[in-house]
Amino acid sequence: MGTRLGVDIGGTFTDVVLERDGTRHSTKVLTTYAAPEDAIVEGMRRVCGAAGIAPAEIDQIIHGTTLATNALIERRGAKTALITTEGFRDVIEMRTESRFEQYDLNLALPEPLLPRQARFTVPERVDATGAVLVPLERAAVEAVADRIAAAGYDSVAVGLLHSYLAPAHERLIRDVLAERLPEVSVSISSEVSPQMREYERFNTTVANAYIKPLMASYLGRLEARLAAEGVGCRIFLMHSGGGILSIKDASDFPVRLVESGPAGGAVFAAHIAARYGLDRVLSFDMGGTTAKICLIKDGTPKTSRVFEVARSYRFKKGSGMPISIPVIDMVEIGAGGGSLAHVDALRQIRVGPESAGSEPGPACYGRGGARPAVTDADLMLGKLDPAAFAGGSITLDPGAASSALSDVIGAGLGMDAEEAAHGVAEVVDENMANAARVHAVENGEDLSGYTMIAFGGAAPLHAGRLCEKLGIARCLVPPGAGVGSAIGFLRAPFSFEANRSVYMRLGDFDADAIRVLLEELRAEATGFVRECDAEAEILAEVRVYMRYVGQGWEIPIPLTAAEAAAPDAATFQARFEEEYTRLFGRPVAGLDVEITVWSVNATTPPAPIAPVQPAAPGPDAPRSGDRTLFDPALGAFQDAAVVARDALTEGARVPGPAAIVEAETTIIVPASRAALRQPDGCIDLTVKETP
Amino acid sequence: MSQEPSAVAYQVMWTRLISVVEEQAQALVRTAFSTSVREAGDLSAGVYDDRGRMLAQAVTGTPGHVNAMADAVAHFIRRIGRETMAPGDVYITNDPWEGTGHLHDFTMVTPAFHGGRLVGFFACTAHVVDIGGRGFGADGASVYEEGLYIPIMRFADRGRVDETLIRIVRGNVREPDQLVGDLYALATCNEIGHRRLTEMMEEFGLDDLSGIAGFILENSRRATLERIAALPRESAVGEMVVDGFDTPITLRARVTVEQDRIVTDFEGTSGIDAKGINCPLVYTKAYACYALKVAIAPEIPNNHASLAPFEVTAPEDTIVNARHPAPVALRHIVGHFVPDTVFAAFDQIVPGVVPAEGAGCLCNFQVSLRPTGPGGRRAEVLTFNSGGSGARPARDGLNATAFPSGVMTMPVEATEHAGPVVIWRKELRPDSGGAGRTRGGLGQYMVVGAREGHVFDIQAMLDRVDHPARGRRGGQAGGATSIARSDGVAMRGKGKQAVPEGARVEMAFPGGGGYGPASDRDPALLRRDLARGYITAEAAARDYGMTAEEIAEVEAAVARGEDV
Repeated sequence: MGTRLGVDIGGTFTDVVLERDGTRHSTKVLTTYAAPEDAIVEGMRRVCGAAGIAPAEIDQIIHGTTLATNALIERRGAKTALITTEGFRDVIEMRTESRFEQYDLNLALPEPLLPRQARFTVPERVDATGAVLVPLERAAVEAVADRIAAAGYDSVAVGLLHSYLAPAHERLIRDVLAERLPEVSVSISSEVSPQMREYERFNTTVANAYIKPLMASYLGRLEARLAAEGVGCRIFLMHSGGGILSIKDASDFPVRLVESGPAGGAVFAAHIAARYGLDRVLSFDMGGTTAKICLIKDGTPKTSRVFEVARSYRFKKGSGMPISIPVIDMVEIGAGGGSLAHVDALRQIRVGPESAGSEPGPACYGRGGARPAVTDADLMLGKLDPAAFAGGSITLDPGAASSALSDVIGAGLGMDAEEAAHGVAEVVDENMANAARVHAVENGEDLSGYTMIAFGGAAPLHAGRLCEKLGIARCLVPPGAGVGSAIGFLRAPFSFEANRSVYMRLGDFDADAIRVLLEELRAEATGFVRECDAEAEILAEVRVYMRYVGQGWEIPIPLTAAEAAAPDAATFQARFEEEYTRLFGRPVAGLDVEITVWSVNATTPPAPIAPVQPAAPGPDAPRSGDRTLFDPALGAFQDAAVVARDALTEGARVPGPAAIVEAETTIIVPASRAALRQPDGCIDLTVKETP
Repeated sequence: MSQEPSAVAYQVMWTRLISVVEEQAQALVRTAFSTSVREAGDLSAGVYDDRGRMLAQAVTGTPGHVNAMADAVAHFIRRIGRETMAPGDVYITNDPWEGTGHLHDFTMVTPAFHGGRLVGFFACTAHVVDIGGRGFGADGASVYEEGLYIPIMRFADRGRVDETLIRIVRGNVREPDQLVGDLYALATCNEIGHRRLTEMMEEFGLDDLSGIAGFILENSRRATLERIAALPRESAVGEMVVDGFDTPITLRARVTVEQDRIVTDFEGTSGIDAKGINCPLVYTKAYACYALKVAIAPEIPNNHASLAPFEVTAPEDTIVNARHPAPVALRHIVGHFVPDTVFAAFDQIVPGVVPAEGAGCLCNFQVSLRPTGPGGRRAEVLTFNSGGSGARPARDGLNATAFPSGVMTMPVEATEHAGPVVIWRKELRPDSGGAGRTRGGLGQYMVVGAREGHVFDIQAMLDRVDHPARGRRGGQAGGATSIARSDGVAMRGKGKQAVPEGARVEMAFPGGGGYGPASDRDPALLRRDLARGYITAEAAARDYGMTAEEIAEVEAAVARGEDV
């Protein structure tokens, strides 16, 4: 594939990357909310111009976008109705019946996507074995369809109890709607998310229905607009699971596009991990508002079957809405360059999740912000050059940063501005380190053997300290870190994961039924990939989710092709006990084991990997200047070298303390670390050998 | 090595300790077997200094463990003997009075050694499915009937698990594999906490925890006392009557704000009940303290110093200070009503902060299913459900949301996989939110039956049948609980009751009380409530004085699909 374009629409910038014969051109254009395709066209013209080609020469476009996520957060979806089982009208409103914050008497729960009057019921019922207890009458569906027509809904979600086992009733509703309301778009839960647990499944289906008209219309416009620009190739969409979908399937299942940008970032990191032969990697993506952390094992980002979007309360678990689709598993916390700091009633420094944004921005932007942000602390500590921030587009004001830190933080704690800055930086780094630790323990991992891959505008300023806190010995800062997600799109395979909830105890193991089920899933998943590429080899990765009967958490067990082709209870048991022991220390004797979810991920083979031959350490790089830089591990300012990243040749060393500067960011090398430029341009931070 | 850490270092360490207990709790959620732990979050985890003072506690599903956990480690130190403690030890109990209020809660404590020296403790608690005896319910006449009792003792001695203890446990409970699995999960989670603590002490070069303990406790004490000092120094009495088992229970709390503490005393509260709904003082303290903390100092984390200024007393042998051997299995029913009682008093001291009364105790029931012929199966299915919370001064109450408990409900589809049960209905209950300027949260309807070929007993744990949640400042009461069989036979709110084949149990869970006069309600919110069906047309006219034209207008707008 010769010439490929990656496009990532983010909240602030639309990033466009063109790769052609091993060279890369990239640009950032402000996102154009009213017509997002405008920014894409602008960016495409720029990179095509830089490469000296016409759009017609592009062979493939891969697109990822936050539009789906934003439509859910900002509630800008279609006028949508839900049809559900009688007696269960309020599932998406009653949620888990709990408060995600125990100590707030004035807690507001997020409103469901659809108000109660948009939720209709039909008499019908299937039990947990899939048997019909109350048959669904066609007349009942027609009556509801008439009410929906009268009320003028544009999109309809259908979610019935136990439909992941027995989808016939949902299909009947879909067919009746198609006959009577042909112009209305319909999403049924047994197709969108065939998983047990009605709240997650219904909510996912409602979310899909809610954004479907919007996304279908946007993708249609985009295709037409690019064609008008002379683009002749196909356009594909990045999905939340880290793979690529056809534009048609993306229009039918737009909920799968949620969080596709961050997924691209994880794919980007995974690709670098593979090039360096790293089997355990922590990807760390820190921007202006949030930081995202993801575990990457054996070159594959960790995935999950459910996640939450639109968290409404300090990024707190439970304050958003659950979406159950295959997704790259990330923790996101409110820690970025713009995160604001304050002192609480306990005289503790707190940072985030509130962010200064770009207006007024941190105090040092000099746009009237009086509250200190992480960037102000970074400036005070010598991590930033006031004259060379964001490519010189903003001149930072150290005086404003200093006053904000003294007034808001220092005054109450008896600290001067520098000590306050130290406190703010340590607190935000500790918050990120804790999020990484808890995420690791949830996954049964110990971070000490991990390598960090850091990207995003603020990550290189904090990555070194984070590694010290987490006991991580090595960190790579790749080139192009500012457009990492868009580069990641170009590394992603065509893929689709199909899941099914079917309970089976190993005591009642039925090898024939399993073969049939896995074959169905394989056919379904492969169909989506074939839609993208009619010829490519397609690999099927089989995973089953298992637990002891009585437990509530399943653990994923990957099966080899041979194990999946000839299922055998003893093998399943052994694989489960192995994995359980790895995660939790010991198996539990005497309990039956059950399989709850079956999954097949169909994917084209990963992009070829060009292994990086590590550079031999050469001489120390020439310094372009000096500055004093605060080293938190030593608790003191140090004289530090300033080195231009562009000037580093392969093998050049930069021992800490040092600042490696480039147009978009600065890499801080703590006193405990030394940097080495690798042949592919990655800056490799490792623990200094003790003299 | 041991130079005094900087103020910034102490701040970082405090944040770290809170993260350590979160990791500890997370490990427990991941490995526990009991539904109550893994699905509902009924667990707790904490770290303590070498004197047994709690430094940090994970915020989990239930405030009921808050003080109980804070006090527990001191009991372990006293009973085990500090000088006999060794690395690898793990201690255990389910003592309701020295643990967390009933035999179903196991608490495990692990001493933390660093450099050969005892520097602190880790403790955790979890609610297990079964502890033998009569099973989970109010039917015991004394704690002896409620199950196996494990006094504070060693679970592991220098790394060796006491096999005799395990055999005794296995021989006395209905689900021995699950219970033993839970005990190991508890021990493992303390181990994870200990590992993290060791790493932190190495990173900061600490030999003991006295410096960081002093920093945490002093800052917490000062912040809490500042909040108390800002309150009027007054005293007030709150009283509330609830159904109880056979006879109504009066809960009475006098809250007195002093210079440096708040004393809550339960003089005047009803005596011990014959059934197992009595509450050990430790559990009462937890909920009284939770009520005051959530009202005046919600963001101050729970630890020894932030809890100490909240003193709770109650005469012995009242239902909130039940002594051994009173039956206490369902102590949560009374415990969950303690906050509303405390709020009734606190509202007179500081008006405009606390909500109206809510559903209070969780609306739980357990179903025991038996086959009537071949091909069926036996099963025990426990569900957690919630009514509505009380209206807040500036916001409506929360619909079908637990308060003060923080546990989660289980998905209906998961419940129906746990046994041959069918939940025919689980949805909001219109008109059950007490009318007011702000409306009480709605309760919910549930209908439960068995799959064909099965009969069942239902163990109901419902209250507010005769005593619905009262409104505040002119707000109206929320809807009362009701429970009846589909064949018309009346049922009781509490106790085990048989249901014949084919019949269903129809329940309506209570709503929260309203706040302020209904006539002051914002007309836009009223139209919204009607459009959504939170209130019916009849209630809109009766409680809020909406005219027939206004009602017709809203109904027509809904039919046209317009936003209301």
